[in-house]
Amino acid sequence: MDRRAFLRGVGVLGCSAAAHPFLSTVTLAGSDGGRPLGDHRLVVMILRGAMDGLDVVQPQGDPDYAALRPSLLNTQAADLDGFYRLHPGLSGLMPLWAGGQLGFVHATSTPYRDKRSHFVGQDMLEAGTGMDVPLSQVKDGWLNRLLQTQAGLTSETAYSIGRDEMPLLEGGAEVRNWSPETILLLSPQARLLFERVYHDDPLFQAAAQEAMELADAGEIGMAPTPKIRGGVKIDDIEKLVDYAAGKLRQDTRIAAFSMTGWDTHRGQAAGLAKSLARLQHAVLRLQSGLGADVWGKTVLLAMTEFGRTARENGSAGTDHGTGGAMLLAGGALRGGKVYGNWPGLREADLYQRRDLLPTTDVRAWAAHTLRRLYGIDRAVLEGAVFPGLDMGADPGLLL
Amino acid sequence: MSPTRTLAALRFGCGLPVADGSPDGPDAMLAALAGPDKMAEIWPIMGLAESRPLFLAFRAIKGEGKQDPALAAKREALLLQIGAQAQQAQRATFARAVDARDGFRERLVAFWADHFSVVAASATATIYPFALVEDAIRPNLTGNFATLLTDVTLHPAMLTYLDQISSVGPNSQLGKKQHKGLNENLAREVIELHSLGVGAGYSQQDVTEMAKLLTGLVVDPADGTQFEARRAEPGAKRIMGKTYDGDGLAPIKAALADLALRPETAAHIARKLVVHFVADAPDAALVNRIATAYSASGGSLMACYTALLSDPAAWHPAPQKARQPYDFLIASLRALGITGQALQDMPYKHFKARFLDTMATMGQPFKRPPGPNGFAEAAEEWITPQGLARRITWAMQVPDRLVNPLPDPVELAQRCLADRASEALLWAAAKAEDRHQGVGLVLASAEFNRR
Repeated sequence: MDRRAFLRGVGVLGCSAAAHPFLSTVTLAGSDGGRPLGDHRLVVMILRGAMDGLDVVQPQGDPDYAALRPSLLNTQAADLDGFYRLHPGLSGLMPLWAGGQLGFVHATSTPYRDKRSHFVGQDMLEAGTGMDVPLSQVKDGWLNRLLQTQAGLTSETAYSIGRDEMPLLEGGAEVRNWSPETILLLSPQARLLFERVYHDDPLFQAAAQEAMELADAGEIGMAPTPKIRGGVKIDDIEKLVDYAAGKLRQDTRIAAFSMTGWDTHRGQAAGLAKSLARLQHAVLRLQSGLGADVWGKTVLLAMTEFGRTARENGSAGTDHGTGGAMLLAGGALRGGKVYGNWPGLREADLYQRRDLLPTTDVRAWAAHTLRRLYGIDRAVLEGAVFPGLDMGADPGLLL
Repeated sequence: MSPTRTLAALRFGCGLPVADGSPDGPDAMLAALAGPDKMAEIWPIMGLAESRPLFLAFRAIKGEGKQDPALAAKREALLLQIGAQAQQAQRATFARAVDARDGFRERLVAFWADHFSVVAASATATIYPFALVEDAIRPNLTGNFATLLTDVTLHPAMLTYLDQISSVGPNSQLGKKQHKGLNENLAREVIELHSLGVGAGYSQQDVTEMAKLLTGLVVDPADGTQFEARRAEPGAKRIMGKTYDGDGLAPIKAALADLALRPETAAHIARKLVVHFVADAPDAALVNRIATAYSASGGSLMACYTALLSDPAAWHPAPQKARQPYDFLIASLRALGITGQALQDMPYKHFKARFLDTMATMGQPFKRPPGPNGFAEAAEEWITPQGLARRITWAMQVPDRLVNPLPDPVELAQRCLADRASEALLWAAAKAEDRHQGVGLVLASAEFNRR
């Protein structure tokens, strides 16, 4: 998208955007040699399908929890802080928790309410806008809008990884998009001919150009080797994480990808355990792939479109809800803590007597992460990146 | 070849070349659509009724001593048979699109199969997505949307995929006894995706009431969809301002028919048709004209197709859509002169590696959409660096395993693009180092991948 289209895109965001100098360059504290975004790394995972926060970070200290979750209640869950317990599917992350490199936010959500559509919920999570802006008018994702405020970006700064589209990173700022197993071998003559053939179609021209650059950079994948761990398929997620880690060790500062498998309407105990095993593997693999030094400068945010019903449904699962949980990890995190305000689970405490009540806006946690990680002005975050957001007080998420 | 004829094949059909006498303009296309479904006869796929013996045999041994090796072997054999049937259905689906004179019919079938996306959840369910097409979509393709919606919603494939079979009315006989409750997955998608659309003015209350109304629907592996009163939530349900009461399928069918007739549904279906066939950013006036035809005819799908095809706005010469991976492969097969019979004769492992695995790497695993909302429409979703790299690689490497010798690239371009082949493409096709490269240039070109 060109700059004019970008301006059109944000024009609808109204006066909150116009009031802030979001198009001016932000000078980064501690940024050296014109390197954009300094040294810190951000990884955003979108957990598509609505992860059940109440099952992942179980508020077993709440007197009403057990009755809501008769079949899902898990007494083997490890204690986190005396109130919350961690689903056994993430037990492999307990050392990170103990080391302050794993944290959660509970009872949080986007501003999306009431219709509980996955697809609109995900669009809103990635657009980073509020209910006041029609999604059809939002042309970019919040992570791309962050990049738009930065000077000196290179084509390597941000990567959207995998076959899934990542609207989070789409927009006017240049972002690389690659799926690690893609192979493209072209002779010099074939390249010339393809350039000619695509010359008049900007979409094809740009896609081919980028594909050829990435092929040149040696991004040629290996033959797929199905990898199963504990009955769970992990090779696909491992490839994404390894690719991201390889990029982040170099000049890339931001990477985003997504994981599905969270829409647990039925038989949640088995389904969620599988997805958590994949998530856990992704976190640990990222940690080892980055190495201690880079991991120490990294924050991973795993976000989902909304939570699920407080009550178990009729089929040992849960239906679409509202408030949910977010997972944070990384060496730059002040972890070992479940952030957020607990609203309670009495029927009157629930949102519409059915869902966990969101007490914070999930965008605020992302905004505070960006602020601390990259020194982005609050005005830019509340005006351009997340238009209309009130970030509130600094929760001290980062070290 | 006239520009209309080319557009008919590219935008509304499965690609060029087409057999002589194929419908080449709006009237002929509509007439063919109103006629018999010839491809379904030539390349049959079993629906659930025809598959009943297999499921009956499976049910007979299900639950019986799992330790019995003889039964285990029989079970394995039945699973293999079901798997073979699904493989046959995959090939037949490709064969129909490759051979059809009436390409518009195959495109419409694919459109509705995506609108009503289902994914097989187990080894025994692998034929469900195909059976849904045979049982509920193809027979209703030119009928009334209410019937289509009802037949799809009540089909075991949909009831299973969207968890309806595990939803129980909390105040029903079974619900009270076993403390079971609702699962609102299907109810939500029927409203959000299949009929009104997410932008319509419905509420969580409507979804919950719809979920109550749908309780009682169950799937018997052999006998298909049944209504079990002991699971059904008693009492009247109020959905979008209308009340439904009573037992059995009648109130469910009534509610689905009412949803189908709502103006929001007309607008939603009209918009989806235009987005699928004409432009990612649809012409609002064209959408309105189709929605009007829908409402005026009480949801007649033929009226919608007529409104679409007879509208000059739908025949805008500039292509505004990209072929999705499946359409890309079908059009490539047509261009290369591969017939449905050749696909049938190919060892299955080749069929899978060359087409099904390719589709998965291009982001469109065959019959496995990422969710009930189906696959994305926008060209930008498909023509990504990796998506295009996959098309280029396929176009340069696979055709010579399908045809020997490879066609002359310039002739290929003229055959599969007719008047839409650009000077630049014809120039490049002639300059290619070898035929592989030339064929690759043509099939991966923007002209070939746009419609």
